[in-house]
Amino acid sequence: MSYIPHTDAERQQMLAAVGVTTIEDLFEAVPASHRFPKLDLPAPMSEMEIMAELQSMAEANEHAGDFALFRGAGAYHHFIPAAVNHILLRSEFYTAYTPYQPEVSQGTLQAIFEYQSMMATLTGMDAANASHYDGATSLAEAVTVAMDVGRGKRRKVILSPAINPQYREVVRTYHQGTSTKFVGDNGQAGINDLVDMLDDDTAMLAVAYPNFFGQIDDLKGLAEEVHSAGAILVIVANPMALALFKSPGELGADIVVGEGQPLGIPLSYGGPYLGFFCTKMKHVRRIAGRIVGETVDEDGKRAFVMTLRPREQDIRREKASSNICTNQGLMALSACVYLSLMGKNGLKQAATLNYHKAHYAADQIDMLDGYTVDRSKPFFNEFQVKCPQPVTEINEQLIQKGIIGGYDLGQDYPHLQNTMLIAVTETNNREEIDSLVAELKEIAS
Amino acid sequence: MNEPLIYDMSVAGRTSALLPALDVPETPLPKDLLRDTLDLPEVSELQVMRHFVRLSHLNHSIDTGFYPLGSCTMKYNPKINEDTARLPGFAQLHPRTDDEGAQGALALMHQLQTWLAEISGFQAVSLAPAAGAQGEFAGILMIRKYHQDRGDTKRTKILVPNSAHGTNPATVSMAGFEAVELPSDNNGDVDLAALRAACDDTIAGMMITVPSTLGLFEGHILDVIKAVHACGGLMYMDGANMNALMGAVKPGELGFDVMHYNLHKTFSTPHGGGGPGSGPVGVNDKLKPFLPGPVVEIVDEGSDEEPPLYGMKMPEKSIGRLKAFYGNFGMHVRAYTYIGIHGDSGIKDITRHAVLNANYIRVKLRDTYKVPYDRICAHEFVLEGHFEGVENVHALDISKRLMDYGIHPPTNYFPLIVPEALMIEPTETEDKATIDEFIDVMKKIATEAQTDPDLLRTAPHTAPVKRLDEVRAAKQLVLCCRPVPEWAAGD
Repeated sequence: MSYIPHTDAERQQMLAAVGVTTIEDLFEAVPASHRFPKLDLPAPMSEMEIMAELQSMAEANEHAGDFALFRGAGAYHHFIPAAVNHILLRSEFYTAYTPYQPEVSQGTLQAIFEYQSMMATLTGMDAANASHYDGATSLAEAVTVAMDVGRGKRRKVILSPAINPQYREVVRTYHQGTSTKFVGDNGQAGINDLVDMLDDDTAMLAVAYPNFFGQIDDLKGLAEEVHSAGAILVIVANPMALALFKSPGELGADIVVGEGQPLGIPLSYGGPYLGFFCTKMKHVRRIAGRIVGETVDEDGKRAFVMTLRPREQDIRREKASSNICTNQGLMALSACVYLSLMGKNGLKQAATLNYHKAHYAADQIDMLDGYTVDRSKPFFNEFQVKCPQPVTEINEQLIQKGIIGGYDLGQDYPHLQNTMLIAVTETNNREEIDSLVAELKEIAS
Repeated sequence: MNEPLIYDMSVAGRTSALLPALDVPETPLPKDLLRDTLDLPEVSELQVMRHFVRLSHLNHSIDTGFYPLGSCTMKYNPKINEDTARLPGFAQLHPRTDDEGAQGALALMHQLQTWLAEISGFQAVSLAPAAGAQGEFAGILMIRKYHQDRGDTKRTKILVPNSAHGTNPATVSMAGFEAVELPSDNNGDVDLAALRAACDDTIAGMMITVPSTLGLFEGHILDVIKAVHACGGLMYMDGANMNALMGAVKPGELGFDVMHYNLHKTFSTPHGGGGPGSGPVGVNDKLKPFLPGPVVEIVDEGSDEEPPLYGMKMPEKSIGRLKAFYGNFGMHVRAYTYIGIHGDSGIKDITRHAVLNANYIRVKLRDTYKVPYDRICAHEFVLEGHFEGVENVHALDISKRLMDYGIHPPTNYFPLIVPEALMIEPTETEDKATIDEFIDVMKKIATEAQTDPDLLRTAPHTAPVKRLDEVRAAKQLVLCCRPVPEWAAGD
């Protein structure tokens, strides 16, 4: 099947108007030697057939609809109110493009402006952009801003080893063509060790909040140290945790980035997600990506428009700081609708449920023989457990019982062999948690 | 009347009852780490629904009207795509699931990699890039690493024609190269003499859009590729215009070393009001080891009884990860659905009808508007949005007037090499009646420009708002509707 509406008669009329006999005549500019190659694709399928095929592929996956999920490590299974999807399926939103023509894009523009406002208040900053691809690329873009703030003279970036390892990989991918040096993350450096690395070559220092291990580090005084060295402080935050804990802005961050997926975006095997990027106003002209601002139309009526456009690639070309053009518009809408529905009280309630359930699970697991929960720092909805066996072996047994166990930290951190990172959210009820605890006990005995 | 901001509807104390009660004992919260206030709206679900539905009415979209936005391929987004991407086995699949538990997703990605490679004649595909711009970035980083791997470090420049998308030169700079702009000749093709003069052992490669942003198939594309290869450079094809090529020519067979696909253009995944996109990259054997990862490979071929086992692998000399996890998987599901539905014959038909629609509009408008490169075009073409003898009527005015007729403006002022450019791309999914109506409206606007030019200059008249004060937006810089927090004030 296809979505091409032309009838034979219409096709003939159109070809005649163009002055050719067949559609193939329109391709004479293509070198004859390479024109009309064979396409080895299957025969067309009907809607019913493709749906059946994809249903069977989808059901071959071990997903949160069928399993009790205790895995996070950068992507979290949270409740999404039904209304979010209903708004996302408004095709006036999802079949529109970037709001280049503001007169007929006020819906998208106002929603992004509201999203920016919510993200700025959530992170305690005074501006946000319309988003980046994901948390990792937001961090990579923060490095570019830091280089600009350091006027290209400061080349060093200090990364905490407790930032998501994939984010640290992405940052290096992005900056492999530059002379930026990344330090700090190849061992077990704590916040104080990172501070000791500050010098007059340092452009930025980045930490995660909560960190990759779910812990809330004590960041008091960090901003003063970073600023007195002439660098900027970037905090990689989990937005769900920010409903409870002090905002990165209050802690003195210059830029706050992170993964917006917890805000109403499904797991979807890792994408599309939402990279949020918030900043203090003084850096806003240096940041990449779309930004929506308020203005008025000719009649003085309030309206919204993409602003500070001369920073962007389509105008600045090779002098632009980033090549980004589209963002994650629909995902920003998702977060905006989610935050509206949950609201001030709902988001705090969700975060509180995460906290209590994770701590209940941690307490129960800590009491089991052979398992030790790391309690060295406060944590939010994720915690580390030292296990009596390799994590992969435990997970193989858990999956038989309908449970997707925690993440194997030994893959990324050699000193954390047999250490499982367990995430518990508001979607895990007590029965699921108790069954995880019972199975872990059974496995260790 | 303005739609109020969601914050303006907020009433203190209004709560929603979306979440279940706490079913475990409480743990004391660490008081000195907690925040004092959370400034989010307090509104009901009905208020939220009405607000966003009303906002949606303020948008022009493909599902509400014709959207001939050149180079963006605003084709119909089939609804089945939305349903397949939301199947629980995909939407609720955690990205850290062990490969054994994600075989359905991996099989889908592997098949999509194979189909995309087949459609454009490449040996391997990575689905990792999150958008076209990221695909471009990946492509140029691969070229960089390829030369480095061979110990060839003096190649510091990438050639870019002056008709290129802005992302091309921006990508070149981002990857640490210098962009060298090439002029176009009188036919709108790359100036071959200038190209040959620029080719030497400092050239790492060239980025070129095929067909070009003028909507023209490069007349001597094989000569261009040959010249760059002869000096040791690699060829990057910007695949933004792939909708003009499927079943007509395979870029890999022409000699391109690498290209990116825009799943949100060619393969109908929705544009989403500005993303998410998806920008896979295809490469030949030369660049395969450098692909961004991870990519999906067959780990065990399986047998008649057992399906193959798929796994995620980082290519041997990969440029690295471009984002967390594996690209925009939800877009991969939609593109798979689209290719599966069309199959071999349908995919070819897409391109043929996209090209037919564009040429039909071109010949119907060529007597009314100046078409600067007036020859058989690909899936889009560029005309000049101004009229002899009419002062101060610009492409922008024509664009705004189109809104009054319920049509989204074409891309305007791009490519930069055409004055007052209007770039028109109808796509294959528009029927003849819609296209004829567009042609009539464009002619009518041309008449209005003569008889009542102010009608154009003051347009739009029927859109939700009139023209905006963009200077004020940039000057006053109101980016957030909430009060600035005390710790941020004064900076």
